[in-house]
Amino acid sequence: MLEIEGIELRYGAVKAVRDVSLRMEQGELVTLLGANGAGKSSTLKSIAGVLKPARGTIRLDGQDISGLSPEQLVRRGVAMVPETRDVFPDLTVEENLQLGAFCRRRDTRGVAASRERMFDLFPLLAERTRQPAGTLSGGQQQQLVIARAMMSDPRLLLLDEPSLGLAPVIVDRIFEMIVELRQSGVTILLVEQNATKALKISDRSYVLSLGRVAASGTSDDIAARSDLKSIYLG
Amino acid sequence: MAVYVQFLIDVLSLGSLYALMAFGLVIVYGILKLVNFAYGELIMVAGYSLFLLGGTPLPWLVMAAIAVLMAIGAGIATEYAAFRPVRSKSVTAVLITSFAFSTLLQNAALLFISPRARTVPLPDIFSDTVVLGGATIPLRNILTIVAAAIMLAIFSFIMKKTVLGLAMRAAATKFTMARMLGIPANLVITSAFALSGLLAGVVSLFWLGRIGSVVPGIGLEPLLVAFIATVIGGMRSLQGAVVGGFLLALIVTTFNYSLPPELLKFRDAFTFSLVILILLWRPDGLIKGPATGQRT
Repeated sequence: MLEIEGIELRYGAVKAVRDVSLRMEQGELVTLLGANGAGKSSTLKSIAGVLKPARGTIRLDGQDISGLSPEQLVRRGVAMVPETRDVFPDLTVEENLQLGAFCRRRDTRGVAASRERMFDLFPLLAERTRQPAGTLSGGQQQQLVIARAMMSDPRLLLLDEPSLGLAPVIVDRIFEMIVELRQSGVTILLVEQNATKALKISDRSYVLSLGRVAASGTSDDIAARSDLKSIYLG
Repeated sequence: MAVYVQFLIDVLSLGSLYALMAFGLVIVYGILKLVNFAYGELIMVAGYSLFLLGGTPLPWLVMAAIAVLMAIGAGIATEYAAFRPVRSKSVTAVLITSFAFSTLLQNAALLFISPRARTVPLPDIFSDTVVLGGATIPLRNILTIVAAAIMLAIFSFIMKKTVLGLAMRAAATKFTMARMLGIPANLVITSAFALSGLLAGVVSLFWLGRIGSVVPGIGLEPLLVAFIATVIGGMRSLQGAVVGGFLLALIVTTFNYSLPPELLKFRDAFTFSLVILILLWRPDGLIKGPATGQRT
């Protein structure tokens, strides 16, 4: 479904990603692990169209998508949840969700169905539809941004560190939700610092180090590797 | 009594114009985090459209509608000519292109029309007066207040209840995030410029109603006023723009009424001193608005 071949990503003169290739099949849950600055978030951003690769290609269903804008990629079924947990603070929960469905707003029935599904999955949000998103707690905001991304009915969901800065109980809940989402058929690419948990729920993993793929394989294999720490640190 | 009524109407009518102008400036600033310095020229464009239509037999309302449409067109043209080509480059580039576009429009008016003031057609109703609570009030002041109230109500509806309005508010806080939800950047930005042109066009009608004629430099004062009003009210908040507009009008009108004649020519010095004091007290403006993301 998704094929990344030898991409290089830069912020000005700084190379965040030197050479990363990865593949994902339909319905898979793949994690991207690595230390800070390994290039995980940049890789996600390039798939979402926020960062254009300086070299290499990104293909979705065989088509080159590396030149497309973020808004075009949403229409092709890619949804991104950035680590910055960007709720629209002065808009209500309801309005945030409504904007999540922006590109299919004419399909009112489908949008209403997605909304119900999200409220089933995230019951907390259902109680707070009229509350400005800026007043939610960190964990609630994280649930909102995931639900909002799901409102576009994506085929590929990119999750950037959904557990960042959350209390352990809430982290568990977020991971349960990721598993539930995955069971509903969405392909998920997960970036996580919490390697143990991420390896437990994912099918396959890639470990990035200094902008390159240092290791890849099934999550069980990666978890069993004794040299995980050293790969992590390069 | 009469003087209070007069004072109140003066503040409200001037404040209405200031508020609408400030609103038009902030609607673009909110999204791009850039001041559109060609904003004043939208008022000029509407003014000259009205002047050029003056010789035609069209009813005034039709002329006014065309003038407002021209301002909207000029707003969109500003975006295409001055902002879009350099938007992703640097803040400085956009500042300079917006200044350049403003100068270009002004000089076009100088060259093709005239450096001298041109009278614009105005309906008779603009020179009528009414007696209210013992005070004789120009009817156009009442019309200004009514028009501003209607415009603000419409805009508040657009921004709160329509998908486009929500998308614009979302883009104003987290632009990249909005794009990652499929909200097209160009649509949001062009809409903001169009709405800002609409506001400038409507303001232009009443601004011209007060002074009766249009000159190439007519946009400077409204731009300055709008800019100060937004700075007082808070650059990030649409409500702030409106509050700032009315507050500035209150300050200016109070000085108009209370300063002795020999000090009246220094009115602006007093006004700006007070503005400085307000900013020392609230550097972010009176209304903070939601925390914004990075410039895009």
